[in-house]
Amino acid sequence: MSTLQFIWKNQAQVYALTFEHLWLVGVSMLLAVSIGMPLGILVTRRPAFGKAILGASTVVQTIPSLALFGFLLSSPWLGERADRLAVTALTLYALLPIIQNTYAGIRGVDPSVREAARGMGMSDFQLLFEVELPLGMGVILAGVRVATVITIGVATIAAAIGAGGLGEFIFRGLAMVDNRVILAGAIPAALMALLADFLLGRLERRFRYL
Amino acid sequence: MARDIDVVIEFRDVSYRLEKGPLLLEGLNLQVRRGETLVLLGRSGSGKTTTLKLINSLLRPTQGQVLVEGRATTDTDPIRLRRRIGYVIQEVGLFPNLTVESNVGLVPRLENWSSESRRARVQEMLALVGLEPERFAARYPRELSGGQRQRVGVARALAANPPLLLMDEPFGALDPLTRAEIQQEFQQLQQRLRKTIVFVTHDLREALLLASRVAFLEGGKLVGVYTPQEFRRSSNPVVAAYLDAFEGPRSPE
Repeated sequence: MSTLQFIWKNQAQVYALTFEHLWLVGVSMLLAVSIGMPLGILVTRRPAFGKAILGASTVVQTIPSLALFGFLLSSPWLGERADRLAVTALTLYALLPIIQNTYAGIRGVDPSVREAARGMGMSDFQLLFEVELPLGMGVILAGVRVATVITIGVATIAAAIGAGGLGEFIFRGLAMVDNRVILAGAIPAALMALLADFLLGRLERRFRYL
Repeated sequence: MARDIDVVIEFRDVSYRLEKGPLLLEGLNLQVRRGETLVLLGRSGSGKTTTLKLINSLLRPTQGQVLVEGRATTDTDPIRLRRRIGYVIQEVGLFPNLTVESNVGLVPRLENWSSESRRARVQEMLALVGLEPERFAARYPRELSGGQRQRVGVARALAANPPLLLMDEPFGALDPLTRAEIQQEFQQLQQRLRKTIVFVTHDLREALLLASRVAFLEGGKLVGVYTPQEFRRSSNPVVAAYLDAFEGPRSPE
């Protein structure tokens, strides 16, 4: 029986796990964007404090993913439910590229455009929403794209703590020493990553102005 | 006194120093009269741009006061102040994500004009700077030449009809032909609009062409204020050196 036949025979489970995977990634990304973008903006406004934020998120990034899942397992509220824990870990991982690119996107706005905006009497709020975020959006979305692709990959490890997703197949395949089972998890995850990369890349190109 | 009413901008003993840095402007006293074009002339680093940015509060004086229409800039809400002052810079700073129409209509939008009056105003402004509205309104800045961009920059600065206009080497990045063309048009525009303009340049010819008066700066200090005729005949050694650099030494009489 080939890998494809295996997937075909188990398609109901492949769909279910793909959906679960998508849910883990989706919720994590939503959280990461809604935390990471404001933090990235904060970094541009308060550089001293910003260094601490960037430093902390870089440290999180250096923790091996399996270890991070393990660490969080012992924490009181998070450890109670596997999906809660998985979403937390995935969100933490996704933060760095989003914070960094939000910062870079805003910093990358042409200084003459910023000067013109201030000179015409824009408030700080207007400068941010009318100028800096729209012009930085291409770079910010590049960060979201990178974070999404990473998260889709790291989410396979969530199965190790029982949070489900396509990692189920991978870990089961490893235990059974059966490549077909591993691939039944790895191929859909890879396709999901490619698709996310493609779609977010298209969205990103809409924000290229020069 | 009638004379005081005519003073729109006044520098009172103004100095500006970068934080823990050098003194960029020292003890400036200067008055700008209603409807005139005052050109700030001087070499790079003479304090021209610093002087200009002190007017619209992009910089705050370290010492002294800058009065705009009788009120110290430090006592005025910078946003309200800037809405009354058009600002044109060499790099133009058009918003690349907005069409020409949206760029020109931006300050009116910030001022909550209705969309019809905004549209009408944009058409009027584009025509004023010599760009046909039908052809240019829907374009993006990247689809314009350097000269066209600068025209849009001027239109944008004038859109909300500010009584004051600050221009920082607005034509400095243009090729000589386009520059001469746009200078002439600007001169005619000024005769029609009668705005109070403070214009920064290091180009002597441009200064003498456009100025009602020339304020000459050197090393952060005001050397003097002259009419173009006075400036040409000035015996001040710093002014003479500047004239020589552009026109060659004057032959002895």
